[in-house]
Amino acid sequence: MNPLIEMKNISLRFGGNQALSDVSINLYPGEVVGLLGHNGAGKSTLIKVLSGAYKSDSGQIFVEGSEVKINNPQDSQRHGIETIYQSLALADNLDAVANVFLGREKINGVVLDEDTMEIEARKVLDRLRVKIPSLRVPVSNMSGGQRQTVAIARAVYFKAKVLIMDEPTAALGPEETQKVGELIKALKAEGVGIFLISHDLHDVADLSDRLTVMKNGRVVGTVNTKDVSEDEVLGMIIAGTTPKHLANK
Amino acid sequence: MTQPASIQPKKSFLERLPSLSILGPVVALVFMTAFFGFSTTTFFTSRNLSQILQQVMIVGVIGIGQTLVILTAGIDLSCGVVMAFGSIVMTKFAVEYGVPPILAIFAGIAATTLFGFINGILITRVKLPPFIVTLGMLNIATALTLIYSKSQTISGVPDALLFFGNTLKFGETQITYGVILMLALFTLTWFILSETAPGRHLYAVGNQPEAARLTGIPTDRVILVVYTVAGLIYGIAAWLLVSRYTVGNPNAGQTENLESITAVVLGGTSLFGGRGMIFGTLLGAIIIGVLASGFIQMGIPSTYQLLITGALVILAVATDQFTKRKS
Repeated sequence: MNPLIEMKNISLRFGGNQALSDVSINLYPGEVVGLLGHNGAGKSTLIKVLSGAYKSDSGQIFVEGSEVKINNPQDSQRHGIETIYQSLALADNLDAVANVFLGREKINGVVLDEDTMEIEARKVLDRLRVKIPSLRVPVSNMSGGQRQTVAIARAVYFKAKVLIMDEPTAALGPEETQKVGELIKALKAEGVGIFLISHDLHDVADLSDRLTVMKNGRVVGTVNTKDVSEDEVLGMIIAGTTPKHLANK
Repeated sequence: MTQPASIQPKKSFLERLPSLSILGPVVALVFMTAFFGFSTTTFFTSRNLSQILQQVMIVGVIGIGQTLVILTAGIDLSCGVVMAFGSIVMTKFAVEYGVPPILAIFAGIAATTLFGFINGILITRVKLPPFIVTLGMLNIATALTLIYSKSQTISGVPDALLFFGNTLKFGETQITYGVILMLALFTLTWFILSETAPGRHLYAVGNQPEAARLTGIPTDRVILVVYTVAGLIYGIAAWLLVSRYTVGNPNAGQTENLESITAVVLGGTSLFGGRGMIFGTLLGAIIIGVLASGFIQMGIPSTYQLLITGALVILAVATDQFTKRKS
């Protein structure tokens, strides 16, 4: 079986800073890959190459076995990749409904189909069980958790094959975090592949099938979650070396 | 922000009320109109009111283009003189080259649209700040207008170019076609901004271009289209200008560069981008017109009008800053 996503030998330099060196990573359907590492390890940069926010200097990206060029976020969306950015990428001046459908509005002739969009947005937000009393106030007036939910709803609504979640629960309380966990399991059962990014091992360990650890813009190693102890993973994050018996591709 | 997570339904009425940014200009306009209405006997005549609308027409139409630009967090300092260049192209083509009037009008609009397109390219591709690009273009368009016209006024303009100067009579009140066109353009722009996807993308880009780009909106294309459409609107304003003054005047458009920005700001549109309503600009333009007219009728020198307008602009921007900080 071809991987859903394969990124091969990705390198990216920002001025004098080698943000990514020769990074390779893959993702299979119905799989959750946790991407771990300190702040500045290159996790967000790597997924931004996949989401089209950055263009890599070299390397290849394959979607279901065929090579693709991802030059901008539209390209990434076209290949069925949806991203929840750490920054959330919300338009603060627009309401929740507008944000869920931003760039992909439902229209009726030439006019925005506000009613349909509101009903659909409400449905997908209900799935996340976060109470948002009015979907029609600017998201700048919402709490951090509500804003994060809007960003998640946007990514989930468009039925992605691949979902990238960069610190998706950073602003959520325990109950909402648990709902996001349930959502991840449900999407996984539907065959969606998910990259789950966090600087906190506990956030991802329970949900991930494999863990890829990064440090200083390189991949330290990729391991099956069930084969490793917490200490071993922490060792990879801190020391940047994989115990030989654990390495797997 | 201290607002509780759950908002009571009661509050939703307050939320739906127009914000301070649009209430401000409405209140200002009502007060001014009342003041001039009581202070003079001539202000509330239909002749005077239609005169005000005519004076507002040019700034109003340019203000539409300026509003679109400012909604993207940009600015256009060249709008008035680009309009002047367009009016010279139109009149010169029609009068001196004997081009059929309708083609001459198209040529003028094409010229201003090209100016807008070049502004857009320099801003999106060369990544220059809008302020600098349009400041440069202000000088270039001024120079080109004077060179091309040899600083001569072009008269003997054919009727088609004067079309929008014709009037419709409603009893005592006369309204020019130009004023009707202005109102139609405002309505069309309102429709696009609030009811269509491109309008929504414009607000998103103006608020935070990077967030808009990440959601898949082609940010640069939106901005390029905005400056190009603004150029097209200045071309329409050029036709109105010729219709109103019946000549091609190379010295026109000098005050409109900044007056259009004044109208947009008075109308409550934020210079930070992403917030504002197109009809606010119409209000802003009318405020400028009412001030001018009222002061003339009270026999107050126009210098004082400048003084008041300046103070109002600062007040409007201060209000905007305050609202922004609060949210």
